[in-house]
This record gives sequence, C-alpha cells and structure tokens, in this order.
Amino acid sequence: MTTLLIAEHDHETLKDSTNKALTAASQLGGDVHVLVAGGGQGTKAAAEAAAKLAGVSKVLVAEGPAYEHDLAEPLAALIVALAGGYDAFVAPATSRFKNVMPRVAALLDVMQVSEIIKVVAPDTYERPIYAGNAIQTVKSKDAKKVITVRTSTFAAAGEGGSAAIENAASAADPGLSTFVGEEVAKSDRPELTSAKIIVSGGRAMQSRENFAKYIEPLADKLGAGVGASRAAVDAGYAPNDWQVGQTGKVVAPELYVAVGISGAIQHLAGMKDSKVIVAINKDEDAPIFQVADYGLVADLYQAVPELTEALGKLGK
Amino acid sequence: MKVLVPVKRVVDYNVKVRVKSDGTGVELANVKMSMNPFDEIAVEEALRLKEAGKATEVVVVSIGPAQASETIRTALAMGADRGILVKAEGNVEPLAVAKILKAVVEAEQPGLVILGKQAIDDDSNQTGQMLAALLGWSQATFASKLEVEGSDFKVTREVDGGLQTIKLKGPAIVTTDLRLNEPRYASLPNIMKAKKKPIDDKSVADYGVDVTPRLEVLKTAEPAGRKAGVKVKDVAELVNKLKTEAGVL
Ligand SMILES: Cc1cc2nc3c(=O)[nH]c(=O)nc-3n(C[C@H](O)[C@H](O)[C@H](O)COP(=O)(O)OP(=O)(O)OC[C@H]3O[C@@H](n4cnc5c(N)ncnc54)[C@H](O)[C@@H]3O)c2cc1C
Ligand SMILES: Cc1cc2nc3c(=O)[nH]c(=O)nc-3n(C[C@H](O)[C@H](O)[C@H](O)COP(=O)(O)OP(=O)(O)OC[C@H]3O[C@@H](n4cnc5c(N)ncnc54)[C@H](O)[C@@H]3O)c2cc1C
Repeated sequence: MTTLLIAEHDHETLKDSTNKALTAASQLGGDVHVLVAGGGQGTKAAAEAAAKLAGVSKVLVAEGPAYEHDLAEPLAALIVALAGGYDAFVAPATSRFKNVMPRVAALLDVMQVSEIIKVVAPDTYERPIYAGNAIQTVKSKDAKKVITVRTSTFAAAGEGGSAAIENAASAADPGLSTFVGEEVAKSDRPELTSAKIIVSGGRAMQSRENFAKYIEPLADKLGAGVGASRAAVDAGYAPNDWQVGQTGKVVAPELYVAVGISGAIQHLAGMKDSKVIVAINKDEDAPIFQVADYGLVADLYQAVPELTEALGKLGK
Repeated sequence: MKVLVPVKRVVDYNVKVRVKSDGTGVELANVKMSMNPFDEIAVEEALRLKEAGKATEVVVVSIGPAQASETIRTALAMGADRGILVKAEGNVEPLAVAKILKAVVEAEQPGLVILGKQAIDDDSNQTGQMLAALLGWSQATFASKLEVEGSDFKVTREVDGGLQTIKLKGPAIVTTDLRLNEPRYASLPNIMKAKKKPIDDKSVADYGVDVTPRLEVLKTAEPAGRKAGVKVKDVAELVNKLKTEAGVL
C-alpha cells in the first residue's frame, strides 16, 4: 500500500496540519509520499520541510501558477493524474482540502471518508456525525481510499526523515476558474487550529470594539489564538475565520476560554475535545457550564479585565 | 438562466440526536425533521437572483424518502417554482447523490447549481464538489457572496485564513456558507400557493444510478462524554485552579 499525502502550506512554510495528517497517513501502513503543489519559490522550501518529516519516503513537487491560489480544479486534476501509483489519498480537513478532495474522489469514483478521527484498520475509520453527537465506524469498500483528517485529534509527526524530492508529472489546468483577490488577515497570534490556548467571545461581546478591548488583551496575555461563536461572526463582531464549531473550525487546545457563549450544540461540536474548558457567563444555567471544567458565573465586562490583570500579576 | 437547488431533509438543528442502544445508528423515529439550514440559504440565494432578474426559474430537487416532498414544499413556499423528488430508501451516500444530481442537471440544463456546503446530519461536505467533478464544471465552495456576470460568476469564499474571491466559468457549482444571506420565512399565502406548485415524482431507477453504498457502517457509538466541572467563586479562585490544579498557566 502506498499513500499520497497532500501537504497544506502557505506557499512558504509547511503547515502543522500536514504533520498531523501524516500521523494518520502513517497509520494506514505502507509508504507515504507527500505532494507539495504551490506557486512560486516558497513551494521548494515547503517541499524540503516535508522531506524531513519522519515516515515520508518521497516528496513530489508541482510548482506553477495554476497551484498558486488553491483553486480546486487544477489541483484535483494533478492529484488524479498521479492516482495510478497510489492506493490512498490523505489530506488534512482544512478549507483547501474540503474544497479539493471530494472533487478528486468523484473523479476516481470513490466515496470519500470525511474528517476521520481514528484509523481502526487500513480500510476502517472513525468519524463524527451529527455535530459530534455520534461516532461512526465506517469501512471503505472502494479500491482506492480518499480521506480527510480532522487534525485536532492526531498528534503532529516530527522530523527525522530525509526523503528524496522529485518533480511531479504535470497535469493540464482545466481553466474553469480564476483567482480575483483575497482578504487574509495577517496576525501575530497563533492560528486557531494549532493554538495551545484559545479565548473565544460570543454574542455577549456586543461589538467588534469590545472584542478588541476585552477578548484580545486576555488572549495576548495568554499567548492565545482568538475564536468566536457563530452569533458573534454573523453580527460582524469577529471575522469569519474565527468561527469555532460544527460549521467553522474544530479545535482541541490545552485551554479553551469561552466568554459570553451559551454553549449551543453547534459550538460545542467545535471545542468539546479541548483539554481544559473555562466558561465565563452571567447565566448560571447556560449549557456551556455542562462541559466546562471551571465555570465562573459573572458579568464578563468585570471578570475579563480582572482576569487579564491577574494574569499580568502572574508575570504573563 | 435556470437555477437548480438540491435540498436535503435532515434532523432539525435543535435536536440533540441519540445513538441507538444497539449501536446500529441514531434514533430518527419521531424526531423533528427540517430542511438542511445551508439549503435554506441556497434557496434564498436562488430566489434573490430571480428577483434581481438574473435567473428565470428556480427548481428544487431532493433525493430521499417520500417525506422529502415536505422539504420541497418548504422551498416552494419560500418562492421556488417547481420541485423534483427522487425517491430513494435507505442510505444514499454523497457520491450517489452527486450521480443522480448529474442526471437531473443533464435533463434540466441549469446555468447554476447552488448546494449547501454541508448537510448537518452526515457533515460530509462533499456533494457539491463531487457534482462539479462529474459534470466537469467549475466550483466555488463556502460562498459568502455571489455575483452573476453574464453566464459567468464571481464568488467570495470563506476560507481558513479569511476570504477569497474567484471567477467561475459558467455553468457552475456554488455551495453556501452561513454569511451568504438570511433566508426568508414563508408567508401564509405563499404556503397556500406552494400547495399548487408541481412536484415531479421520480425514482432512482429513472436515472439508472447504482446507489449501493461504498462505505459500510460497522458501528455508531456515543462519543466520550465530558462531565461538568466546578463553579469557581471569583477570578482569583479561577486563576489559582488553572495554575495549581489544571497546570495550564
Ligand atoms: C446550520 C447551523 C450551523 C451553526 N454552526 C455554528 C458554529 O459552527 N459555531 C457556533 O458557535 N454556532 C453555530 N451555530 C449557531 C448556534 O446554534 C448558536 O446560535 C450560537 O452558537 C450562539 O452563539 P452565542 O453563544 O455567542 O450566543 P447566545 O446563544 O446568544 O449566548 C450568549 C451568552 O452570553 C451570555 N451573556 C450575555 N451577556 C453577558 C455578560 N455581560 N457577561 C457574561 N455573559 C453574558 C448569555 O448568558 C448567553 O449565554 C450554527 C447554527 C446553525 C443553524
Ligand atoms: C432514509 C435515510 C437513511 C440514512 N441513513 C444513514 C445512515 O445510517 N448513516 C449515514 O451516515 N447516513 C445516513 N443517511 C444520510 C446519507 O448518507 C446522506 O444523505 C449522504 O451521506 C449525504 O451526505 P451529506 O448530506 O453529509 O452530504 P453533504 O455533501 O454534506 O451535503 C451537501 C449538500 O448536498 C445536497 N444534498 C445532499 N444530499 C442530498 C439529497 N439527498 N437530496 C438533495 N440534495 C442533497 C444539499 O444541497 C446539501 O446541503 C441517510 C439518509 C436517508 C435519506
């Protein structure tokens, strides 16, 4: 069995989600090759990083303008062109691969297994359904497997390899879509999906200004990433890429602090695997307290500044 | 331009589903079913295109049991023009759904298909992308803004780092994200009117698609539970517990 792992990177550095998906790919047994497809010089650096990962036996690089902006059609065409040599295709369930992998699966006439949380056997996996309220064990009967990996449940593979790097055979760009522009916020804070600590705000924040005044200073004291509930994003208090939940990002940090978030099923689906959960809410019956290790019934506008200050005194 | 919107009947988002004690699935008897929320957003977007004079007809299609006609009626009450029900019993996986939808697209010839980004029951997030692949069409998933430019489209997408805007050559597949629009409620007169709108009855056999599942469900289990912890009385106690007991500071 040979598995092709498709790497997540930002065209400069390899993302941690690749290391986590590699752990899942390795558990399938057999060789793991990594495909790094991107635009520009940074692709090479990402490929070199991939070659150093423990358990990788070969790295394929595809560099070209068609791969510069993560468009689904050319990347799917490339993966399908390489498909002959592989039994399984694995990628982290990031927005890029949620977009691309089902396209690959359909072109190969394979039923994809989405967001697996455990490899039970090379053809059998666990995946959450119904917002994580049930865990299904599924066995794939397809000859080739197409799998996306929920990265929050796999440990990151480390370095220790020295795989050969080769150029991938190229594939024609179907030319169906073109890149127009992007709005990507640059931030010094850790990314949500790899942050060790996350502070999230909900509808109770009332405004974008309050997020900046209350949530962000607390997050910065803790070196944390910042998240939000859907209600906060819908209301424009926080950008869309901060949404944690069933239909946003799924996270499992060491510490998750939920501020003014009620704890709807859809929000819990995205954070209930966090190691330690803290909830600050003025309603003592809020469902978030049913999953919180430490609950503080208080007005956040008092409690959060106090907490930020107390952490400052701790030398944070 | 005709717009096709596939709508799925799912367990209502307010229901906390329970796993059957014998591990064969989740308890679906007597639970409230509704239209997948992302599909309501898809229907709404199609209707807005029609109201703006950019679309001529909005056709909804659902694949599922006879009761899926209720989901179609909901879309008709929102304002869609007509429906197609493809009757299917049991588990129809996204790949099979996409194959049936491909046949529907070939018969209907829409210029745009709008789907939900994911169904909130199975959370697969696949069908739209698979349909695009099978048709050889362009795709834009997780849309938060959709503009028609002749027979092409400009779509803003919610991606991990923020927002991305791409141009699609039509005909195209778009899947909806939460911020695309706020779906309307059907008014009583429109609910009455919807009763007279046509629903075409089809079956999987009409399309000659093999829907045999590729995934065998071996078991459905309850996730590892999480118990409520303690309430702390103030910030000082919280900080103390986080430092000494939890060891996360
Ligand atoms: C299809 C679909 C998908 C969804 N996906 C997601 C998702 O991915 N992520 C997600 O988060 N949600 C999602 N939701 C929405 C979800 O159902 C809830 O509506 C949402 O999570 C509520 O956000 P909230 O907790 O911030 O707001 P609310 O439920 O309004 O809770 C606000 C809380 O703040 C507390 N509060 C108010 N003022 C203060 C104060 N001064 N101090 C302290 N506490 C205060 C209140 O007691 C309350 O508990 C989805 C819904 C649907 C239908
Ligand atoms: C009677 C019945 C029993 C089922 N039993 C099981 C079971 O035991 N285990 C299990 O895992 N699943 C079961 N399912 C669900 C079935 O597997 C899912 O319909 C299928 O896997 C599609 O996955 P998804 O909805 O998550 O796709 P996604 O790719 O998440 O759906 C995205 C979008 O595709 C469109 N779409 C998807 N399905 C349909 C449809 N049927 N009709 C119209 N549009 C659609 C919608 O626009 C939707 O928003 C059952 C379904 C039915 C009807």
